[in-house]
Amino acid sequence: MRSPILSSWFGRGEVAAPPDVESAVLRSDRFRLEREGDWARLEHIVKRMESGRLRGISDEDLLALPILYRTAASSLSVARETSLDLATLTYLEALVQRAWFQVYGPRQGLTRWLSGFLFGGWSRAVRAIWLDICVALFVMLTGTVVGWLLVEQDKEWYYRLVPTQFADARVPGASREQLLETLGTEEGANGLSVFAAYLFSNNAGVAILAFALGFAFGIPSLLLLVHNMAVLGAMLWLFAGQGLEWEFAAWLSVHGTTELFAILLAGAAGLHIGRSMAFPGDRSILTAASESGRRAAMVMAGVVLMLVFAGFLEAFARQLVGGTADRFLIGGTMLALWLAYFFAYRRPAQGDES
Amino acid sequence: MSSLAMGMAGGNPRRRTMVTPEGIAVPITVASRGARVGALILDFIFLYVGMTIVTLLLVWMFGGLMDELTEDTRETMSGAAEFLMIIYIGMFFLARYGYFLAFELGPRGATPGKRITGIRVASRDAGRLTAEAVIARNLLRDIELFMPLVFLLVAPSGEAGNAGLAGLAWFLLFMAFPFFNKDAMRAGDVIAGTWVVEAPKAKLAETLSTQGAARGASDLTGARYQFGDEELSVYGEHELQTLERVLRDGNAEALAAVHETICRKIGWNPGAGDERAFLEAYYAQLRARLEGGMRFGRRKRDKFS
Repeated sequence: MRSPILSSWFGRGEVAAPPDVESAVLRSDRFRLEREGDWARLEHIVKRMESGRLRGISDEDLLALPILYRTAASSLSVARETSLDLATLTYLEALVQRAWFQVYGPRQGLTRWLSGFLFGGWSRAVRAIWLDICVALFVMLTGTVVGWLLVEQDKEWYYRLVPTQFADARVPGASREQLLETLGTEEGANGLSVFAAYLFSNNAGVAILAFALGFAFGIPSLLLLVHNMAVLGAMLWLFAGQGLEWEFAAWLSVHGTTELFAILLAGAAGLHIGRSMAFPGDRSILTAASESGRRAAMVMAGVVLMLVFAGFLEAFARQLVGGTADRFLIGGTMLALWLAYFFAYRRPAQGDES
Repeated sequence: MSSLAMGMAGGNPRRRTMVTPEGIAVPITVASRGARVGALILDFIFLYVGMTIVTLLLVWMFGGLMDELTEDTRETMSGAAEFLMIIYIGMFFLARYGYFLAFELGPRGATPGKRITGIRVASRDAGRLTAEAVIARNLLRDIELFMPLVFLLVAPSGEAGNAGLAGLAWFLLFMAFPFFNKDAMRAGDVIAGTWVVEAPKAKLAETLSTQGAARGASDLTGARYQFGDEELSVYGEHELQTLERVLRDGNAEALAAVHETICRKIGWNPGAGDERAFLEAYYAQLRARLEGGMRFGRRKRDKFS
């Protein structure tokens, strides 16, 4: 099957025909010349795949790829034992490596990965880190309580905890009306979508930080959770002081059930990495870190998605829907949906996912 | 399917051996730290230039709306300006996280900067490079690079107090990370189970034994060089491959020097003018001899063995 078909593979005649096999003096060169056509064909296919022009590869070539790859790989092993031609060896090593990257490359495609991710992969990853979620939840609740207690003891803490951007009217000593106003709605939807985009970008930053800090054995992730929740605790105290705790909770729950859930997951993902690095068990630290890192990354991809939801809920639903009951309804529904998706929606793993 | 074997294969300290699922040991070279920094800088330049061009383009197309964005508060913003703003924020987010992600998930496993410097991302366990791994290594980039850079950028204003110093220490800590492990992994690589390796590009060179005096007589003088067993036994594989390199390079001075060395070693009288033919013949016969030995399991590494 060599020379007649060969010419069609090298469209523009980029490769000169190899010398006649018989002309080679050395046995190892004859070995090489006999197989050169296959190697060139493999290189051609690999080059095509590397440049992403999958469409340009015929079915025939695609089917031949694994066989050609194995041929080249076995040629390499034979050549190592029989040939001293450095050029051939280097070429084959490079070719096998390149082909290996293609054969075992990320050949899943973004859409297939995404569907695997949405339909099962994400919730599976979330369930796999349930222990870390419990710890992170506990830490978040503690953070809220700590925030409340601190501010109750000394009002000065409020100014230290709550960033200035929130402390507009929401400061200790504010009247009930002033506080109620901050929980109010906007007249129209004008400008709110920009607000949503900004919120998303901001929150995603915090979530990614909580995840990435897990690298330092998870401690900074937990500290970040405590700090963020302490702010919440402090504000809760402020509103509760005027008997507005339910209004505040409703206002928060619209987007908070989604956003805090996302931040919980991000912190848990970070903690998961940190925990597996601190206690790798019988695996090496590197293996443990990479295993948990990949699982956590799966969770994180979903967290970003949740934050998109949260951003829209925060900007639109929260600013437009006024009633306490309505707000609780929206927030509660979102929470129920997420819980159902993560813990009730079970789909067996696909065969090719490890 | 994950078969892992890492060992230093003499010479280059960045060489590793990776065993494919088929059981073939493929040498792989860990990318140098310099190449990686270069790739990163290139990627940043691309990102920056890209964003600037898009911004300028937007200003040029929607100049009036842009004024509105900078001057007006969000209550009076028109729908079109609002839409533009969303696109803009979304784009920055994508540029920050999506650029590296999309390119490293591609078939080359490399961003444009990495491609130019000839390196790529690979899975450390010789398995598939998964989407999760690429996501993980790029999310970590956030604390390694973007976070401290933000600290450093706000530091001169003095608002953040010592945050600038903290940012600098942070930045240096993560930048130094690749220097403290032999595979030059950054924190993101550790978490994701990846490493950055050189992407080989080798062209198959001509066979030497089919050309010139390797086949028999010299084209130039018609002389036939025949070497005896004794004359061929002085060199080993290492010298053979050095000779191969010299022949392929074809540098006249190097050819003459090698020709003279070999002649002296085997006790011939070095002539002049037909060095290439002599070396080609010597190469072919030495290789035939050494490869013949290989088939019987006898290997001669270099002239000392």
